[in-house]
Formats: sequence, C-alpha cells, structure tokens
Amino acid sequence: MSSIKLRASAKDGVTTIKALISHPMETGTRKDAKTGEKIPAHFIQEVVCTHNGNTVITGNWGAAISKNPYLSFSFKGGASGDKIGLSWVDNKGEKDADETAIS
Amino acid sequence: MTSMKRRIFLKGTLATGALGVAASSGLLAPRSVLAAWSKDAFEAKDINSALSSLLGSSNLTASTRIKIKAPDIAENGAVVPVSVSTDLEGVESINIVVEKNQNPLAANFVLGAGAIADVSTRIKMGKTSSVLAVVKAGGKLYSTGKEVKVTIGGCGG
Repeated sequence: MSSIKLRASAKDGVTTIKALISHPMETGTRKDAKTGEKIPAHFIQEVVCTHNGNTVITGNWGAAISKNPYLSFSFKGGASGDKIGLSWVDNKGEKDADETAIS
Repeated sequence: MTSMKRRIFLKGTLATGALGVAASSGLLAPRSVLAAWSKDAFEAKDINSALSSLLGSSNLTASTRIKIKAPDIAENGAVVPVSVSTDLEGVESINIVVEKNQNPLAANFVLGAGAIADVSTRIKMGKTSSVLAVVKAGGKLYSTGKEVKVTIGGCGG
C-alpha cells in the first residue's frame, strides 16, 4: 500500500496537484500517556513533486506539519497523460514514492 | 485449519510484496535534494535565526501582494489549514512560520520552473499565534501575517 494519494488535473493550461500522505508526523515533544516517555520525533522532511521527471516543487517540512500531511499546489503547463511523481523522505530515512498521470 | 494458515501466509507475502515495490520506487527519488533540509533552520527557536539560516536573511518587508488564508479561530491546533499565494514576480520560495511554536519554521516550499506561487497545506499550532507567510522573490524577503486563535493546542502540550 502506498502511503501517498495523488491527484493531478489539468485545466486551461494549469495543472493542479493534490496529495495526501499517511504519516504520523511525531514532533518528538509528545509524551506517551501510559509510560510518560517521550515519543521520538518521526516526521517527513522532504517532499519532491515532479512533472515528466522535472522537479516542480520541493517542500522542506518541520514537525509542525499536521499528521497525515496534505499538500496542494499548481503549475503552468502539463497535459492529460503527463506523468506526475511525488516522493517523500522522513527523519528516519524512511521514504515512499508514487506516480500518477494527469487526468 | 490449514486453509486459515494458508490465508495468513498469503497475507504476509502480499504485504512484503507491496513493501518491496514501495522501497524500490523510493530509490527513484532524487538524491541531490537530501542535502537541502536545514536542521538549523527547523530547530531554531526564534524566527530571525530560522529565516537567517534558511534564506540567508531575516530582513522582512511587509507586502500586501501576499495572501495568506487561514481560519480566524482554529478549534483544533493539530490541523490548521493554511494557503499562501502571491502575485510577486520571481518567487523562489514560500515559507510558513508560526511565531509562537517551539520551532517557528513549519514549512519551506522551493518553487521550480512553471510552479505557481500558491500552496496549501495543514499545520500544527501549539497556541494562539501569528502565522507568517514569508516569500522570497528576487533575492528579497516579503511577508504577510495573520493571527490564528487556537482553542486546543496541537503540539502535545
């Protein structure tokens, strides 16, 4: 199961991308209610979105991005069928990537 | 009994199969961007040092050409939708800063060729604070702020 839900649609020469990523986004300051121990930080640091292999936007994130991050943006150009890729890397080195075609 | 075991076994193999695919597709991610994440900026405790280490300056010019969209009152500080857009020219990056968070810098978006200066995401806020949209355009920093009231904090406090 990919952690990424990716949608891209083109209209009037502008492509809009919406992405939803499943990730806990732990800040590292939260305490476990049972043990009282700190839950270690675990959050996405980098998100890269590409259009036909060219980087369109790079997001550098801190732990202040909400759990299960949402991201939406748009760029000029793009046509139906073009490939949109999105990948992320977190502070533990875990990563995932997904690809979709512009609808 | 045997059919149950078989089912569990199948589930297991399916899961590892998907993981394998995810891991290999992850390898396609560009390596060069890994160096860009600035630990100093994201761990900074005040806005000035966060902006200085991320963007090389903390000299902000207020601009009415930046629009920040966020709720006036956020019932849940763990999920505060924020959108930033601008019609400034030559936008290099859009940054979201929460003044009173422990680490003010929340996000930095570097725009590539063709990207439109309009991004939306959701952030966490520990308490009522001003949310700043900082836009780097033509080597200069411009900003607009908006006060967001938080009724329940989102930083585990």
